[in-house]
Amino acid sequence: MEIIQIVGIGLIATMLALVLKEHKPVFAFLLTTFTGIVIFFFLIGKIADVIRVLERLSVEGGIDLIYLKTILQIIGVAYIAEFAAQITRDAGQGAIASKIELAGKVLIMVMAIPIITVIIETVVNLIPA
Amino acid sequence: MEFDINSINTLFQIAGIGIIVAMVHTILESAGKKDIAQWVSVIGFIIVLFMVAKWISDLFQTIKSIFLFQ
Repeated sequence: MEIIQIVGIGLIATMLALVLKEHKPVFAFLLTTFTGIVIFFFLIGKIADVIRVLERLSVEGGIDLIYLKTILQIIGVAYIAEFAAQITRDAGQGAIASKIELAGKVLIMVMAIPIITVIIETVVNLIPA
Repeated sequence: MEFDINSINTLFQIAGIGIIVAMVHTILESAGKKDIAQWVSVIGFIIVLFMVAKWISDLFQTIKSIFLFQ
């Protein structure tokens, strides 16, 4: 039961952060960031397993690997942007957090443009002229 | 997959350094040595910042290698 480990670490870190926040808020912020990193590291192994399976399936199914690559890249950008935005918002800088999220959305849109183009071209080809 | 014991150690190290720095800061301030207390805070912060920065760079490398294929 790995969820118990994660919950335990989260609760302990929360209590420590509460104690630290009274005296030194900066250390509490760094502690929160570090807890996020630890949990993320734990999850990323699982995510890697899932991605490996997806890759194998797409190779077997004969799907162009560029689509899967684009989707994975989008997921990666979303994860990183979300992580940074939440930590920044926790530290009280909502404006910077919003900008990080905006940057994430724009970069994801740029990455998705090749796929959108393919979809639109396919649809246009389906319509009889 | 188990938690890396190293990371848990670092978590408690960060909390410990924070509490000790806060204590030393209070003691030095009540002893009238405000400048030294300020330096203790700054140096403690830099040490913890280095620890966290190393982990963040590790995390981003891992994300890059898994999601971004680099």
